[in-house]
Amino acid sequence: MKVKLKVWRQKDANTPGGFNEYETPDVNPNMSFLEMLDVVNDELTVKGEEPIAFDHDCREGICGTCSLVINGKPHGPHRGVATCQTYLRSFHDGDVITVEPFRAKPFPVIKDLVVNRKAFDRIMQAGGFISVRTGSGCDANAIPVPKEAAELAMDAAACIGCGACVAACKNGSAMLFVGAKVSQFGLLPQGQPEREQRVLAMVKQMDAEGFGNCTNYYECSAVCPKLISHEFIARMNRDYLKAVLRTAFTPTSTNASAAG
Amino acid sequence: MSNVPGLYVLGEANFSDHGANRLGASALMQGLADGYFVLPNTIGDYLATQKPAARPKTDAFEFQQAENNVRGIVTRLLGVKGKQPVSHFHKRLGKILWNGCGMARNAVGLRKALAEIPALREEYWQNVNVPGDGGTLNQSLERAGRVADFLELAELLCLDALERDESCGCHFREEHVDAEGECLRNDEQFAHAAAWEYQGEGRAPLLNKEPLVYETVHMAKRNYK
Repeated sequence: MKVKLKVWRQKDANTPGGFNEYETPDVNPNMSFLEMLDVVNDELTVKGEEPIAFDHDCREGICGTCSLVINGKPHGPHRGVATCQTYLRSFHDGDVITVEPFRAKPFPVIKDLVVNRKAFDRIMQAGGFISVRTGSGCDANAIPVPKEAAELAMDAAACIGCGACVAACKNGSAMLFVGAKVSQFGLLPQGQPEREQRVLAMVKQMDAEGFGNCTNYYECSAVCPKLISHEFIARMNRDYLKAVLRTAFTPTSTNASAAG
Repeated sequence: MSNVPGLYVLGEANFSDHGANRLGASALMQGLADGYFVLPNTIGDYLATQKPAARPKTDAFEFQQAENNVRGIVTRLLGVKGKQPVSHFHKRLGKILWNGCGMARNAVGLRKALAEIPALREEYWQNVNVPGDGGTLNQSLERAGRVADFLELAELLCLDALERDESCGCHFREEHVDAEGECLRNDEQFAHAAAWEYQGEGRAPLLNKEPLVYETVHMAKRNYK
């Protein structure tokens, strides 16, 4: 089969970009979408043109590196499937396929289809951790975790941090990502000591990065390759409200550091 | 921890439980074992003893040396301006290894691969096409650096496989097989891990033998029957 590609090409964040059209050679319908781009890139290289830059790593749907908005949808046509697990058999011979980067103000384009998602890293640095003692690991199962909490935390932990939720949202909101991360820790006993501090710090950083707010369209969970539920956004909001109230009225020790 | 302070070899990169085998779920098992039991006792402890101010500085001699080395490779790769994309060489190298240094290998095939790889490497450095420049994101350049490394490592893999004149686990030398078709090990000569030391470009690597000493478990013949 052959397809036509309309691909967003952009030299860097400061240079305006635009669409270029490319025709693929005869490609196998069982090739992945990214393998098809590899083939197109090899052809471009042989012709002396610059290949299309696009993010990819594991190509097994688990690392969160691949991105792409394919025909207007982050991660392409299928529900719960990342771009790297999307195959050409999902398209038809002769199709025109539009390929764009994840578009959001906090995700500036680095080159072509590659965007800078470091804003997510900074949100994680603000609170996406727990404290553990070092020197020796704790005994396995020393801390009982209720089955329900473990299951729900695992659902939240399935987030691979790809940023499709932001790309799909008309407000460029990162609340599904932050909600998943806050919940993953907040649901488990290990996450309790920093629970309030965490949600406050992560939301503060999310706002500072320029992500928008949630207006309940749920486009985020619809495109999420890991099908993270938007209920985690509501959970984060409850955690946030509780943390705001509690920290406002909680007396602090005169010996306490800035924490809390 | 490796012999580089702070550089840990854990998870899939750790071969202490499975030897060099990477079949079935051996990498997964090593990842789980290290993740659950080894990592919490090692990396966290190391990090807890580190002070950010004591980090090595980028003006250290070793850093400068490493940086200059990388700059040299980058300039060289960008300067070749040949006709074939990086993937062309990557695929050809993969095929040489698949044919010559697969799960079942023999001396004839390994010698053939050892002749083909240096020739391919030479061709690579004369005919690879790496578009773009080194100043911005350049994925072709990233790939080119990796394939340049693979072209060196592949030769070492074949050399090591040729040197190890026994069948060891899934590194099956067709010359060494018992009457039942199982691996025939040679523990007298090869009960060691081979740690090859880089001696510089174009020079034969130096073999350091690290003997395998088992205190409680004893080496036995593997037989699934």
